[in-house]
Amino acid sequence: MKMRAEEPAKKLMQGNEACAEGAIAAGCRFYAGYPITPSSEIAEVLSYRLPAVGGTFIQMEDEIASLGAVIGASLAGAKAMTATSGPGFSLMQEHIGFACMAEVPCVVVNVMRGGPSTGLPTLPAQGDVQQARWGTHGDHPIIVLTPWSVRECFDLTVRAFNLSEKYRTPVILLMDEVVGHMRENVELPNPEEVEVLDRVKPTVPPEWYIPYEDTPFGVPPMGIFGEGYRYHVTGLLHDVRGFPTLREDEIEPFMRRLFRKIWAHLNDIQQWETYLMEDAETAIVAYGSVARSAMRAVVEAREVGLRMGLLRLITLWPFCRKAVESILDGCKTLIVPEMNLGQISREVKRVAQGRAQVRTVSRVLGRLIKPEEILEAVEGWKA
Amino acid sequence: MEGMKSGRSLIYQYLRHDKKFPHVWCPGCGNGILLGSLIRTVHKLGYPKDDIVLVSGIGCAGRLPVYVDFNTLHTTHGRALTFATGIKLAKPHLKVIVVMGDGDATAIGGNHLIHAARRNVNLTAVVMNNSIYGMTGGQYSPTTPYGLKASTAPHGHVEHGFNISRLVEAAGAAFVARCTVYHVPLMDRLLTQAVEKQGFAILEVLSHCPTHFNKMNLLGGAVDSMRWMKEHAVPVEKAKRMAPEALKGKFRIGVLVDRDIPDYQTEYEQVRRRAKEAAPYKLDPQEISKMLESHQIY
Repeated sequence: MKMRAEEPAKKLMQGNEACAEGAIAAGCRFYAGYPITPSSEIAEVLSYRLPAVGGTFIQMEDEIASLGAVIGASLAGAKAMTATSGPGFSLMQEHIGFACMAEVPCVVVNVMRGGPSTGLPTLPAQGDVQQARWGTHGDHPIIVLTPWSVRECFDLTVRAFNLSEKYRTPVILLMDEVVGHMRENVELPNPEEVEVLDRVKPTVPPEWYIPYEDTPFGVPPMGIFGEGYRYHVTGLLHDVRGFPTLREDEIEPFMRRLFRKIWAHLNDIQQWETYLMEDAETAIVAYGSVARSAMRAVVEAREVGLRMGLLRLITLWPFCRKAVESILDGCKTLIVPEMNLGQISREVKRVAQGRAQVRTVSRVLGRLIKPEEILEAVEGWKA
Repeated sequence: MEGMKSGRSLIYQYLRHDKKFPHVWCPGCGNGILLGSLIRTVHKLGYPKDDIVLVSGIGCAGRLPVYVDFNTLHTTHGRALTFATGIKLAKPHLKVIVVMGDGDATAIGGNHLIHAARRNVNLTAVVMNNSIYGMTGGQYSPTTPYGLKASTAPHGHVEHGFNISRLVEAAGAAFVARCTVYHVPLMDRLLTQAVEKQGFAILEVLSHCPTHFNKMNLLGGAVDSMRWMKEHAVPVEKAKRMAPEALKGKFRIGVLVDRDIPDYQTEYEQVRRRAKEAAPYKLDPQEISKMLESHQIY
């Protein structure tokens, strides 16, 4: 049998491998990281692939150094990424804050395992959801994406790069061990079909360049080291020229813009998906690998005549308030299954404001939640 | 007069006009002396300002880049070398110079320092060693001398300090030099060599802190410290001819280590070449034993 050339081949691959391929497709040419299970395959694939496309892979002395090198590479114009798991993610928080403050695009992948501390190497969990939001000190906006399939590991890695370039912000790809290590038969798009966004660079003459000037979009064009726009980059709160400031009339506008550049574009940033929600009276709100169990639970519930649907969150932060609000009219019960003790459930409760009953299905036993465990939360459900 | 005139013109050429001076440093601080030396070095070597990236960590020395009209990056405490590594590897044509303090480089950044030296990325590192945390109020650092006082050693310091130059030499740095803020022409020469060196080059600059260290330890002002440096520093060449007893209590200044080791980028080009080849990289069994034998860590 002859295979048609234009047909992309299906390939059995891991979520971590798909993530690495997504990075290459998105234009990532610099990776710095430190070994940690269950994320190491991302580093291994990129150590093989990046030098072949003229990029650089480097294994640093720790995770703090890894994200430092990533930010440095990004300031010098490269699309850059690192990948880790919980313990390393804790170390990276220092530089996630720096990237927020200095507005340096970069992608941080966290393939979650059980915590706290060294925790459960290497069993799945979703315990880093709030850390992804608030792990670094100080007020800051952040974008966090969660894939549920191998193909989506590819797609959301590309999207993470695109969003980080567009909004000059670190973007966290929050995978979990199940998604990272799971193998599926996937068809990856041809490189030319992948939509790739690049950061906006200044076009004014260098002497007119004001590196942190507000713009209608909220994101200032980014000068690249070595391209003629000399400016100062600092983790100190800075004025529009990038110089440290302690003036109230400069601090507050900076902080407000930092938030506005994300909050004014929620329609672009937030993604979610619904399944059988049209007539649903009960909804499961899930994300990551748990959404796969949730999907199965919906199918089983429908089989016995229960009108159940699934709201799957793809963008985890900023929290998809609109998505939850949109199902509150039809659904009196929201079930939130999580491999943690209720980190997204409390967000759902906050948005529901008592208009629907929110039931949390928490499992922190180091394995994926089973569909029947979700269904047990349904009133009158008999297995 | 001629010297002063050219100094003034360098100020206009290299310091930032739109930066709100005065600077943050105390009267008598050594950081300004390094700043002057840095500007003269870049000017003498003729690098365009666009090609220089000045990176720093946190602390008094960390504030240095903000005043200079290069690409400047003021990073987190101790991590300057990690950012510099990313910059250099992503854009190899840039000259990346890193300025750190002793606490910055050898306490919180100690791990990054030894690995940068081992990895041999083409960077120039300058450590302003004034034996104290100045910005936070005079706490002891990894180079505070035994027995002296610091704001966190009111009863005397009981730890022993790092010898920064020997530390980075052991870690594998290609170029190691030391000078003081008193020996300014030497500083200019060593900095020039360090910036030109292929590989990881480090210059330790012995400095002082009149505000905290000198005050707590009854050492007088900046001039007294400079006099002490002048009297205790021995040029490397002279030290070679001196008896060990005569060297007691003194320290060497000049080029301490200068060796040719292929830098990281040169080595990584091999990786890129092999990665592009169709056949997977194979180890030659005879080469394996040679590599093990030349692995000089045992």
